[in-house]
Amino acid sequence: MYVAVKGGERAIENAHAWLAEERRGDPAVAELSVAQIREQLSLAVNRVMAEGSLYDPDLAALAIKQARGDLIEAIFLIRAYRTTLPRFGASNPVDTAAMACDRRISATFKDLPGGQVLGPTFDYTHRLLDFKLAADGDVPAAPTRETDAAPVPHVTDFLNREGLIEDAPADDTPPPDLTREPLETPADRALRLQALTRADEGFTLSMAYSTQRGYARNHAFVGELRIGAVPVEMEIPELGFAVEIGEITLTECETVNQFKGSKTEPPQFTRGYGLVFGQTERKAISMALVDRALRWEELGEDFEGAPAQDAEFVLYHADNIQATGFLEHIKLPHYVDFQSELELVRKLRREATAAQVQEAAE
Amino acid sequence: MKDTADPNAGRKAWMSLLAKAPEGRVAALLEAMGPRPAHGWLRAPEIGSTMVRGRAGGTGAPFNLGEMTVTRCALRLEGGAVGHAYIQGRRKADAEAAALVDALMQTDAAAEVQAGVLDVLEAEASARRATRAAKAAATKVDFFTMVRGDD
Repeated sequence: MYVAVKGGERAIENAHAWLAEERRGDPAVAELSVAQIREQLSLAVNRVMAEGSLYDPDLAALAIKQARGDLIEAIFLIRAYRTTLPRFGASNPVDTAAMACDRRISATFKDLPGGQVLGPTFDYTHRLLDFKLAADGDVPAAPTRETDAAPVPHVTDFLNREGLIEDAPADDTPPPDLTREPLETPADRALRLQALTRADEGFTLSMAYSTQRGYARNHAFVGELRIGAVPVEMEIPELGFAVEIGEITLTECETVNQFKGSKTEPPQFTRGYGLVFGQTERKAISMALVDRALRWEELGEDFEGAPAQDAEFVLYHADNIQATGFLEHIKLPHYVDFQSELELVRKLRREATAAQVQEAAE
Repeated sequence: MKDTADPNAGRKAWMSLLAKAPEGRVAALLEAMGPRPAHGWLRAPEIGSTMVRGRAGGTGAPFNLGEMTVTRCALRLEGGAVGHAYIQGRRKADAEAAALVDALMQTDAAAEVQAGVLDVLEAEASARRATRAAKAAATKVDFFTMVRGDD
């Protein structure tokens, strides 16, 4: 049997040259700069940073340009780049209570300290195409208002004071890291949260939606959703103390879920948690719902066979780079594998035909 | 009791300002102050990452959120002062400028650098923060209760 294994080089080179030309599109149309993508497609940039698991808006914008807007391909590029970076260390856990909030809303409390701040949201827009954007035009400056320097405490703090919600006591156990050790189940909550924050948005959304439709009983309220900037502080070994090394934008979602109580715990509210790089609201809410569904065991709830409760199912299928790597590899040459399958099918057919001929003869 | 007078508070504050300054800004302010002092590398600028951590529920056990790009370097001035920089992003020139400022802040030039670089950065940073906060404040909902019914 002869199988061609060489001869593709020129075709591959030419395919890549054509890809570059197609990526550029009509040369009569101005080329898109990386800065334009970073500034004007910032939610795509945020998604690539979150799922690429690397906070760097310029790199994410470059990846989007290179990937022709295919965000999963862009995430792949970022993941690959990330592996080339030496790691200097880990930050101290970010303090989201001290976030400079662009947006902060609660679906459970109307009047709360710090107020309901809508921020730059798509909510309450009419979802009608805005043809003004198709023409060039200056945008008027956003209105401003005097600020009060009042703190913006977490909503769960109020419920905590009454003991109506489970506590999340501080703890300094060093977390496991799935970028260093392969993900294995059973996975503790820290590992699950790491997997979920970089999980595919579509997958996480669908899993979360399934819990709302009744696959795992947990009716969630958005206790709080906040988006804004937090400083990142790291211990510097050469100095012997921690300094702020930068500032990142995060989206945090805390859900409040009913809990009927167990043998050891009184009835109270329980919590799901989402924290994601960038302005990534849909993902953060989804993450919180899935986090809560996966907590059934530690809360003493029943396993109802719902997909969103099944940590192995969720965690092993949530990563779009693993998924697309395995899925897309089947389109690459499998000539030798397939030749053997072909031989096998031909043999089986020969045997079946021979058997029929024999039966007919008898 | 925590010691409230952190002996490193000053240095932490300026390193934080330097790390968060926009691209090219520290170098531009330093340039305006005259020629750069001679220095040798203890660690040439190097790009790497930091694993950012969060806490479950905002306050609970830490977990790994994802990495961010960081550039670091260390240098020594001729007088012996050592400057360090750890700054967000892939910005070798900015890391060098930040480490120079860190070193100069430990010399007789401290007051001049404070006024020419750090005070300017601080003013610019607080203006940026205030602008964003004022836009957020304009989107704060003012609830009012409608009176309903006849009596």
